[in-house]
Amino acid sequence: MTTLDSSKGIQKNNSKVNETHEDFRMFGLITFLIADGMTFAGFFAAYLTYKAVNPLPDGAIYELELPIPTLNTILLLVSSATFHKAGKALLKDENSDSQKWLFFTAFLGIIFLICQLFEYFHLPFGLTDNLFASTFYALTGFHGLHVTLGTLMILIIAWQSRIKGGRLTSQNMFPLEAVELYWHFVDGIWVILFIILYLL
Amino acid sequence: MTLSIDPQKTNNESLQPKGWLRYFSFSLDHKVIGIQYLVCGFLFYLIGGTLASAIRIELASPMSDFMPRDVYNQVLTLHGTIMIFLWIVPVVNGAFGNYLIPFYVGARDMAFPRLNAVAFWLIPPSGLMLVASYFVEGAAQAGWTAYPPLSITTPQSGQIIWILSVLLLGGSSIFGGINFIATIIKLRRPGLKLMQLPMYCWAMLGTSLLVVLSTPVLAGTLILLSFDIIANTGFFNPVLGGNVVVYQHLFWFYSHPAVYIMVLPAFGLVSEILPVHARKPLFGYTTMVFSIMGIVVLGLVVWAHHMFTSGTPPWMRLFFTIATAFIAVPTGIKFFNWVATLWGGKISINSAMLFSCGFIINFVFGGITGVALAQVPFDIHVHDTYFVVAHFHYIVYGGTVFIIFSSIYHWFPKVTGKMLNEKLGILHFIITFIGFNLCFAPQHWLGLNGMPRRVAEYDPQFQFVNQISSLGALLMAISTIPFLINVLLSVRNGKNAGDNPWNALTPEWLTSSPPPVENWEGEAPLVEEPYGYGKEISEQK
Repeated sequence: MTTLDSSKGIQKNNSKVNETHEDFRMFGLITFLIADGMTFAGFFAAYLTYKAVNPLPDGAIYELELPIPTLNTILLLVSSATFHKAGKALLKDENSDSQKWLFFTAFLGIIFLICQLFEYFHLPFGLTDNLFASTFYALTGFHGLHVTLGTLMILIIAWQSRIKGGRLTSQNMFPLEAVELYWHFVDGIWVILFIILYLL
Repeated sequence: MTLSIDPQKTNNESLQPKGWLRYFSFSLDHKVIGIQYLVCGFLFYLIGGTLASAIRIELASPMSDFMPRDVYNQVLTLHGTIMIFLWIVPVVNGAFGNYLIPFYVGARDMAFPRLNAVAFWLIPPSGLMLVASYFVEGAAQAGWTAYPPLSITTPQSGQIIWILSVLLLGGSSIFGGINFIATIIKLRRPGLKLMQLPMYCWAMLGTSLLVVLSTPVLAGTLILLSFDIIANTGFFNPVLGGNVVVYQHLFWFYSHPAVYIMVLPAFGLVSEILPVHARKPLFGYTTMVFSIMGIVVLGLVVWAHHMFTSGTPPWMRLFFTIATAFIAVPTGIKFFNWVATLWGGKISINSAMLFSCGFIINFVFGGITGVALAQVPFDIHVHDTYFVVAHFHYIVYGGTVFIIFSSIYHWFPKVTGKMLNEKLGILHFIITFIGFNLCFAPQHWLGLNGMPRRVAEYDPQFQFVNQISSLGALLMAISTIPFLINVLLSVRNGKNAGDNPWNALTPEWLTSSPPPVENWEGEAPLVEEPYGYGKEISEQK
C-alpha cells in the first residue's frame, strides 16, 4: 500500500526544509578503508604467491635486517596510543594537551619515515635487482605513502586544535576521529606487513 | 551524533547555475549528476560504437585492408575500454543509481553529494585522455585486459595513459560505490525497512559491495604493471623472473566481479520496469534479494574460470568450474522470477517493455553459453575464439545495453516531463534486436570453428559468416539514428507526460516531472509496497 503523507502540510519553498540525520561520515570512511585494505590484500596475495612459486635466481640477495623495522613497529604502535591520548584530551576540552599529543604522534610518524628511508639507503639491493626486491619496495613504499599522508593530516588537525580559532572542539570531534581511525588502520597494515615481509 | 543538514549549505541553490548550464557545473544535485553520467556515457558510447563499426568493416574481408594491424589492435583496445569503463559501468551504476536511489530510499540527495560530484568529474578528463592517447604515439594495443608481457612490450606511452585513465575511472567507481552503500544503508527514510526497498536498491547495494571489494585490487595491479613498464621491474615480466599468471589472477579478481558490476544493476532496473508495464507485483521479492547477494558472494570466487588455459592446476580448475556453475542457480531464479512476473500480467507492448523482453531473451542465451564456458573441456576448445566474444556481447550488449535503452524509455518522462515517441522507439527496438542477433549469433559458430579473437586477419573460409556479422553491426549502427532523433525531438516537443504516465507505484513517480531540486515538496512519501499492482488499486487512487 502506498501512503503519500501529505497530512504534515506541503512546504512550498524547498530550501526552507531543515532535516537532521545521523552522521554517517565515519561509515563512509570505514567503507573507504575496507577498499584501501583490499589494495594491500592484493599486494600481499601477489607477494605470497611469488614467494611460493617464483624461486629467486642464484645469488639473489633477499636478507633483511630486523632492528630498524622492529623499532618502526614499536614507533607506530606507540603513536597509536598517543593519538588515542589526544582524542581523550580533546573530549575533556583540554585542547592544548590534545595538541601536544598530536604533535608528538606526528613526530613519531616522521621518525618512522626517516628510519624507513635510512633502511632503504642501507639495503644491499635496489628496486630492480630481483623479484623480492621489487615487491619489498612496492609494499613498503605504498605503506610509506600512507604514513606520509597520515602524518600530514595529523599536522593539519594539530593546527586546527589550537585554542584560538581552532576548528577542533569536543563538539566537533570528527576530523580527529577520522584521522585516528585512518592512523590505526595504517598501523594495523604495518603489523601485517612486518609479519609477512620480515618475519615469514 | 546527529548532523543538521541545512540545504542552504549543502545544496546552495543560489550558487548553483540554473538551466542547461548546470549540466556543465560542479553540481551537487543527484539528478543533475545522474544526467551528466548518462549523457557523458552516451557520447563515449558513440565513440566506442564508431570503433566497433571500424572493427566490423575490417573483419568483412579476411585481409587487413581497411587499417594497418597495429591500428586494429589500438581500435580494439579502445573499443573495449571505452565501452566497459566509460559507457556501461558509469551509466548503469552512476547514471541510474544517482538518479533513482535517493528517490527509492526517500532522501533528498545522496549521502555524500560532494564526493558524488567528484566521482563524476573524474570521468570526462580520463575518457578524453584515453581517446587522445591515440594521437600521441598510438593508443594501448594490449586489449582491455592489458595482459603482460604484451602490455610491457607494446609502445609505452599509450599503455601508460591507458593505465592512468583506468586508475582514475576505478577511483570514480570506488567513490560512487561508497556513496551508494552509505545512501542505501544509512539514508533511508525513517520507517522504510530494508525489505521494502525497490529491487534496484538491492542490486546497487550488491554492486557497490563488489566495487568496493574488487576495484582496489585492480588499482594495485595496474600500479605494479606501470612499474614494470616505466621502472623496469619484473613483477609480471618472465624475463626478469616475474610471473604473468599473478597478473591474470589479480586482474580477474576485479574483472570477473566487473561483469556483475555491469549486469547486476541491469537486473535491478529490469525488476523495476517489468512490474510497471505488466501491472503485476514483482514475483518472488525475497528470492530476488537473496539471489543478488548470492551472486555477490559467488561472483568474488569464480575469477579463475577466465584462466583455464593459463596452466592452472587441476584442483583450481575443479573448484572454479563448480563455483561458476553455482552462479547459474541464483541467476536462473531471477530469470524465472521475471518470466513469472510477466505471466498472466496485463502487458503493454511499448518500447520499454520490448527492450526488457529483448534483454530476457538475449540474457538467457548469454547465460547458457556462460555455463558452457565454465566447463573446462569445452572452455579449452573455444578459449580465445569468437565464441567468447559472442558470449560476452550477449551479456553486456544483449543484457545491459538493452536495459539501458529500456530504462531510458521508462524514465525519460520522469526526467524531462515529456513522452518519447513510441513508433520511433519500437522501430529502434526492432532494428537493434535484429542487428544485435545478426551480429553476434553467427560468432558462436565462428568460435566453435576456431576463429581466434583479437586478430585483424582470418582464414578466408570464415568470410561469409563474418560478412553476416558485419551486416548486423551495420544495423546496430543505424539503430542509433531513430533513437537520437526521438530523444532530440521529444525533449522539446514531446507529448506532456504528467507526473505518473505509467501509473507506477515506486517513489520517484510520486513527485512532479521533472522533480523539484530536493525531490519532494514537503516530506518524502513512505512507500511500503513498491510493487503492489493489482492489489487495492482503488485505495491508491
